[in-house]
Amino acid sequence: MSDIETLEPAAAEGAARKTLTEALLYLDGVTVTFDGFRALNALSFTIDPGEMRAIIGPNGAGKTTMMDVITGKTRPDKGDVFFDGGTTDLTKLDETQIVTLGIGRKFQKPTVFESHTVLDNLRLALKGQRRALPNIFRRETAAARERIDEIFETIKLTEHRGRLGGALSHGQKQWLEIGMLLAQDPRLLLVDEPVAGMTDAETAQTAELLREINANGHSVVVVEHDMTFVRDLGVRVLCLHEGSVLAEGTLDQVSANERVIEVYLGR
Amino acid sequence: MISSARLRRLSCALLLALCGLCGALFSQPAVAQDISSPLAQLATDSYADTEAALGALALSGSPAAAGIVSALADGKLVFSAVPRQVFLRTEAGLVDPLTLQPVADPPAVKPVRVNNRVRRAIEAANGTLSLVSPDPARRLEAATAVARSRDTAALPALDLALSKEADPKVKTALTLARASIVMGQPGVSDAERIAAIGLVGAEGNQDALAILQGVPAESSPAVKQAAADAIAGIERSLAMWSMAQNVWYGLSLGSVLLLAAIGLAITFGVMGVINMAHGEMVMLGAYTTFVVQDAIRTYNPGLFDWSLIIAIPLAFLFTGLIGVIIERTVIRFLYGRALETLLATWGISLILQQAIRTIFGPTNREVGAPSWMSGSFDIGQLAITSGRLWIIVFAILVFVALLATLRMTRIGLEMRAVTQNRRMAASMGIRTNWVDAMTFGLGSGIAGIAGVALSQIDNVSPNLGQSYIIDSFLVVVFGGVGNLWGTLVGAMSLGIANKLLEPYAGAVLGKIALLVIVILFIQKRPRGLFALKGRSIEA
Amino acid sequence: MSPSDTRPPALIPTNGLVFLGVLAAVAVLVPLLNLTTSPDAAVHVPTYVVSLLGKYLTYALLALSVDLIWGYVGILSLGQGAFFALGGYAMGMYLMRQIGTRGVYGDPVLPDFMVFLNWKELPWFWYGFDLFPFALLMVVLAPGILALVFGWFAFRSRVTGVYLSIITQAMTFALLLAFFRNDMGFGGNNGLTDFKDILGFNIQSDGTRAVLFFLSALALGLGYVLCRFLVRSHFGKVLIAIRDAETRVRFTGYRAENYKLVAFVVSAMLAGIAGALYVPQVGIINPSEFSPANSIEIIVWVAVGGRGTLVGAALGAVLVNYAKTYFTSGFLAPYWLFMLGGLFVAVTLFLPKGIVGTYYEWREKRRPPADAAGEPLPDPKPAE
Repeated sequence: MSDIETLEPAAAEGAARKTLTEALLYLDGVTVTFDGFRALNALSFTIDPGEMRAIIGPNGAGKTTMMDVITGKTRPDKGDVFFDGGTTDLTKLDETQIVTLGIGRKFQKPTVFESHTVLDNLRLALKGQRRALPNIFRRETAAARERIDEIFETIKLTEHRGRLGGALSHGQKQWLEIGMLLAQDPRLLLVDEPVAGMTDAETAQTAELLREINANGHSVVVVEHDMTFVRDLGVRVLCLHEGSVLAEGTLDQVSANERVIEVYLGR
Repeated sequence: MISSARLRRLSCALLLALCGLCGALFSQPAVAQDISSPLAQLATDSYADTEAALGALALSGSPAAAGIVSALADGKLVFSAVPRQVFLRTEAGLVDPLTLQPVADPPAVKPVRVNNRVRRAIEAANGTLSLVSPDPARRLEAATAVARSRDTAALPALDLALSKEADPKVKTALTLARASIVMGQPGVSDAERIAAIGLVGAEGNQDALAILQGVPAESSPAVKQAAADAIAGIERSLAMWSMAQNVWYGLSLGSVLLLAAIGLAITFGVMGVINMAHGEMVMLGAYTTFVVQDAIRTYNPGLFDWSLIIAIPLAFLFTGLIGVIIERTVIRFLYGRALETLLATWGISLILQQAIRTIFGPTNREVGAPSWMSGSFDIGQLAITSGRLWIIVFAILVFVALLATLRMTRIGLEMRAVTQNRRMAASMGIRTNWVDAMTFGLGSGIAGIAGVALSQIDNVSPNLGQSYIIDSFLVVVFGGVGNLWGTLVGAMSLGIANKLLEPYAGAVLGKIALLVIVILFIQKRPRGLFALKGRSIEA
Repeated sequence: MSPSDTRPPALIPTNGLVFLGVLAAVAVLVPLLNLTTSPDAAVHVPTYVVSLLGKYLTYALLALSVDLIWGYVGILSLGQGAFFALGGYAMGMYLMRQIGTRGVYGDPVLPDFMVFLNWKELPWFWYGFDLFPFALLMVVLAPGILALVFGWFAFRSRVTGVYLSIITQAMTFALLLAFFRNDMGFGGNNGLTDFKDILGFNIQSDGTRAVLFFLSALALGLGYVLCRFLVRSHFGKVLIAIRDAETRVRFTGYRAENYKLVAFVVSAMLAGIAGALYVPQVGIINPSEFSPANSIEIIVWVAVGGRGTLVGAALGAVLVNYAKTYFTSGFLAPYWLFMLGGLFVAVTLFLPKGIVGTYYEWREKRRPPADAAGEPLPDPKPAE
């Protein structure tokens, strides 16, 4: 166990690190091990309220595991995960409770409800009653309809609202999923590789969409490999490697970092 | 290092012991006691003399004594007044009671008279004589009877028998019997009583317990205390033995479960195929055994002891072939759709059951046990039947063979490769379709082998497989899917748990309790005892 | 934006109306033709046919209960027969208490089998079953509570897919073993039988049989409407979403386990009602109803009719059971298991959507794609 301390790459961070009470999301020393493999190794970083952050890193750097930890899908072996200025310990809550707190997540593989219409997908995601029994007799309100129309405008799927989720193209599914996140009205969106498999035009649109969402007051964490897309976002970048932070800063700073070039970007 | 002097002493001791043993063995035929005086007493035809003679005869150790006593009981012991002599009346005429030679010139005779007192004496003499009967089983029975009766009068007879006894089992019984009499005998010192209690207590079995529980209520506190201690000791040791016996039964049940489940561990655990027809593969294996035995009975009965050995490869090939056919015609279209596979294989199981019912009839078929599988022996107070022992050995062999196949052979390597990454395996030139078929065939073939073993302990009927399918699935899920060691541990722990529960809850309730426990366990750890962990597990 | 987009699908779609219409006609005509026509008339329906059809209808309701959880939530319960049997036993216990002194031993309180076992008094769990309303309550509560407890544990620990199927099978197997025991106080091996009357009406009489038939049809119709209502509500949409992407549902903020639990309990209660209607028409309930094979057979009814279609499940139950009656009575009897087994294999291989599901698919293909928004048919896909 003692090798964690020696391996901790403290050099790159520090300056950007906020205190517990200022941060929306606060990770400190988070370690996750799967059968001897250390997926996260004393990972620490923070996200400010209203901030958008891009997370990059090679495969196996622990990006998805990090999201699993934040959303309660995986429990860390050690370390702290706090939300909302340190008021809430996420490691004590399950997925549903964390979602209810206002953390939404888009998966790497787009997952929409394939046998529901696009409209029903949004209806299901819309912030509102989540308990089982009241939902048997639930009726849709006018406000809900309006909100859904708004989201359709944002994700530009209005004309597809009657189609089945499964019938959408890959890019449309990604947008629908982002729209479903929006419908949940979370304070923090975790978005895992939103532009994988998209055309250039779609990628640019997605960047714009995320910026718009961020501008409306939602904090966003985007995990992405696509450097053009990350540049389009124009936000601070965090580079992960072997389960801990390798470098942090603007994209230019990070891509100039020797270690980042060595393990990730290549020369 | 043993010094030569000690070695010499040891060999001397051994030699002496050997001599003693031989002496004990040969004493009965070698020494013929003189019974002339009791014979003379019988010839007086007075009840008192007859009674005395019976006592003397019983303790004489003479080989002729038993015949004389039984003749007296049957009214075939006769005497002549002149000369005063007794004879046995046989179909061949009068014979000499000692030599059994016909009497050349028979005198006039009358039967020796018997009254109730004499009859009682005859019974007592018979009991005593049984103690020295040439038949060990009879001696054992007599010793046990004496121990129960606590008849002080039997003490001299016991001492006589003890001096002659060579069989260790009978000797123990005699010692017990003697101790049980001493315990209750008037005029014996407490020290002697307590020594006797210690002797009985050391025996530690059910009989000893019964004897100790019979310590007279009027005994001194010290004696009673000693008896109570000995009883507690015996009960502890009995409880341990019965626990050990249950564990043994549990291991035996566990190996049956292992045999039934291990094929499933391949098809379900490795391939992810829910094969509800797995039980029917077991059933087909059992029927293969029946067919093999039937053929052997018809054509070459001498081979019967080899029938199971012959049936094993045949069952493996036959059920393996059926498995391959099922995989090629049905299951391969359903990969990735576990619940659909479940339904289709359930349908196949119905078809196979009905096919067997149509061919062999709905009733149980007789599958015999070869001679080397029958019989039993004891270890301490454990009763171990050879059949159970062989099934445990066989289950372990099958397990090891399967493990070796998966670890060390080419096909095993390919199976693991296909399981882990089908596309990668395919791109490396592994014929994944063929591997799928072989894997399913292997799992089915092993089920067939299990059927050969299970034909020895279960009814061979078309429903044989049904009774194992639920247990098999529970074992695999309990142990952790995709892990053969998990299946081993799962089978053994479920088997042992079942047998340990049985004494408290009864067979059916024990089974129900176990089902409930496993259901609860699966809910606590949905992926079994030995679960794989990782990011992709829920993907 | 076309207005049709936001209009919710009809509570009862066209095929459902057809189903309910046929059901209503059957519910009225069969008893009528049995009671009002002379036995010689060509249109006369003999009483045994009324009971047989009534049995089919209870099976259809049972299939409906399976379809609710398998077709819409993806829970393949291999223990649904247990809920059916529990409902049946609750009704059977009421019917046993109604026998009174007419039993072989003539004991006013104890059923015959208890007298036979030398029991002196009624076990506590038989109290109250002489009252019809209490028995009715138990018909839904006994299966409902079992489902609640079992489901609460299972769904909370996220036992899904085949694991869930296996433990539901173990559950019904454990109950089978338990009910076989004489000590359980449910008649052991022989179960409960020799019923005399129900609410004072002779259980053998044509009139009672006709009423029971009508009630079975009514229960099936109401069960169908209830299921339709559930699956088209917001609650039902969550159920379908769970079937397709359970993790996504959790990350959308729904407690999937609670939704599953509600559906599972409702389904168990429907199965219990089906069992309660089954017992008086068949005249016996015994532990074999708990056998795992029975529960799997229910699955094939639903698979044949088409899972996730409700109407299909009911149709499948009637069709398969009609075939069973037809084939097990004649010279083909020894081949019935071949047929049933073949049906399992054939449906999964060649008709994965079942009869009704395949019909929907065919109809869907003929419709112009623009109109596809109408009713979102739950697309039965493997529930993994």
